[in-house]
Amino acid sequence: MNRVLLTGNGAAAWGARLAQAEYIPAFPITPQTEIIETLAQWIDQDKMTARLVTLESEHSMITAAAAAAVTGVRVFSATSSQGLLYAMEMIYTVSGWRAPFVLVNVSRGLASPITLEPDHNDVLAARDSGCLQIHCSTCQEVLDNTLIAYRLAEDPRVRLPVIVNLDGFYLSFTREPVLLPEIESVKNFIGEYNPENMRFRAHEPMSHAVAVLGGAPYSYFRYQTHLAVENGLAVYDELAKEFEQQFGREYGVIENYFADDADYVFVMMDSFATKAKDAVDKLRATGWAIGLLRPRLIRPFPAERFRTLLSGKKAVAVIDQNISMGMGGVLHSELCTALYGQPQTPEIVASFIGGLGGRDITVEEFFEIAKSIRHADEINQTPSPRLLYTETELREIRKLQSLANVKLHGFGETS
Amino acid sequence: MYRIRFHGRGGQGMKTASRILGTAFFLEGYEVQDAPRYGAERRGAPIFAYVRAAKQTIHERGVIQQPDLVIIADESLASVSSAGTLIGIDKHCVLLIVSNESPESWKHRLNLDCTVLTLAYEQLDIHQISYAGIVCTGAAARLTGIISNETLQRAIKQELAAFDESVVANNLHQALDAYKKMAEHEACVQKSQEISADNYQAPEWITLPFDDANISAPAIHASANSVQIKTGLWRSFRPVIDYQHCKHCWWICSTYCPDGAINVDDSGQPQIDYDHCKGCMVCVAQCPSHAISIIPEQQAEVAAPEVTAIPGDKR
Repeated sequence: MNRVLLTGNGAAAWGARLAQAEYIPAFPITPQTEIIETLAQWIDQDKMTARLVTLESEHSMITAAAAAAVTGVRVFSATSSQGLLYAMEMIYTVSGWRAPFVLVNVSRGLASPITLEPDHNDVLAARDSGCLQIHCSTCQEVLDNTLIAYRLAEDPRVRLPVIVNLDGFYLSFTREPVLLPEIESVKNFIGEYNPENMRFRAHEPMSHAVAVLGGAPYSYFRYQTHLAVENGLAVYDELAKEFEQQFGREYGVIENYFADDADYVFVMMDSFATKAKDAVDKLRATGWAIGLLRPRLIRPFPAERFRTLLSGKKAVAVIDQNISMGMGGVLHSELCTALYGQPQTPEIVASFIGGLGGRDITVEEFFEIAKSIRHADEINQTPSPRLLYTETELREIRKLQSLANVKLHGFGETS
Repeated sequence: MYRIRFHGRGGQGMKTASRILGTAFFLEGYEVQDAPRYGAERRGAPIFAYVRAAKQTIHERGVIQQPDLVIIADESLASVSSAGTLIGIDKHCVLLIVSNESPESWKHRLNLDCTVLTLAYEQLDIHQISYAGIVCTGAAARLTGIISNETLQRAIKQELAAFDESVVANNLHQALDAYKKMAEHEACVQKSQEISADNYQAPEWITLPFDDANISAPAIHASANSVQIKTGLWRSFRPVIDYQHCKHCWWICSTYCPDGAINVDDSGQPQIDYDHCKGCMVCVAQCPSHAISIIPEQQAEVAAPEVTAIPGDKR
């Protein structure tokens, strides 16, 4: 195995190459474009055998991806942000076809206002679609989990699209050391795509995407998809174990960083979670019993495992890099749903919103979050949800508003 | 952990500089993270790139707030606040500026109490200006005291593998020259103290107030404000019209200019608005009488000091 410096985008492209994806429908969008550029270059240089086709939109791209997948071809595609939203009709549709393929999403905040840097409202818009979601925090994880994603997608107990998520900029354009597995060992792990009864034969036609009228048959198909997504947890466990045996790197459904003996726990997704690790290290150095739990799988949601891992904890801080308008952090809501009414469940599950549109979260803010939940535990009162936002940041927006000729009447009263 | 930030303009090779330095650290056995940071990428706009290097796994991410070494490849950026060149520079930090001015002058001008070094370039050498990034890499490698001459060469060859031999040779030459020039400052970069959970400055969090929609909708009510944005600042080279050869066709250069930065006056003379000319040189390519030439900004300052892109801008 060769250890090299790769960006998150480079790691995703290597994942597709090593998995020997045969068909790559593509449409460019920042910060994902480097993935398809890399693949296009490899195909051009005969380093990879695949058909890359640029479609006229992400909507068509996902349609093409799923259509190819159900003819028995291994498919890779990638998108981001507005592109994923534009494809959304088909994202929901093709999971209903039970089409297995891997889609990499490079997270980027949604319009409006339009931006380029990451948060997770794009990928969470696909939360209820029937696609599985694996969220990565390092470039190594992007590569390894793209490989695992193929096994997961193609497993007959699942047979669904799998979205592998990585943060724009913080992973997409950031190089880190990555171990590149040999293609032979990857072949050994992934094997040939066995499409079983999905095929394309002119003399033996089949129809996908049939219509049903009446709620009962509809309910059957929808609930079957739900059960298949749920199967993803056990299947991921099996695959991660197999992956670890072969490649020596361990992936759990939830990454557990010093949470076992902790009283206080941070819960967050994706690459900003490594910043939480840094904070955990520094807090532990000064005597804190604190840890981090990071769900790798968001769909299926590992509710039961969170119950077990958080049982008996004093307080939890969920840091959401997303916002459901009118409700708050998505992960916070989901975690509360998982924990409610369970024995030994932590009484304090506090919500913090941070990192929207790539807004940085400093180590000092993690320290402050830790203090805040410790205090909440002491007074036994859950704090109100907090947006991580400083006075200086408000001054900046007031400056920008002045430049934009926004009449700030009432500014004195409201702030 | 070492935290290093490169500042320059799009096209000066800041991303490549960070990658070469990252690779050099990696070859010396360090864990590395390197990344460029830009918005809508464009030639001439301020960009930066950064490198983290440590002996253990790097968990920290994002823009470096407390740098140990800051390199400014384009001295005109030092005074541009939106370029963020000076963010987080404290006493322990080393600041290297590619400039012919003295370190003392910069220290005074920027009101800094850290170590300031300069790397002089030969006046008006276009060739050398376009190697700003690689020069900075060579200098930075020496200042860390970690990277050997051989490792630097290997890193350059590895990162520039897609280029032909002469390009690699020129880059090696420029980098090694800067590496040599920084010999007396070898290993002057010191790792900063890590922030402790016991003793830190708490963030000044506020509860974001509600604003009416007429305030909080992301709308710009100011009209014609793009005139106030001096996009001429992005230029590292400028087009100059030679009126001896200009045929006064009145339309070609002004029509092709994608930014409307060439106006024809009443006497039929084209005039370049250097406040807004981004230096794309489309006019140079289009002029049928070849009457527009390209000169570096520094040379323009010497030739016509009154024509500066920005009031207060050094150039």
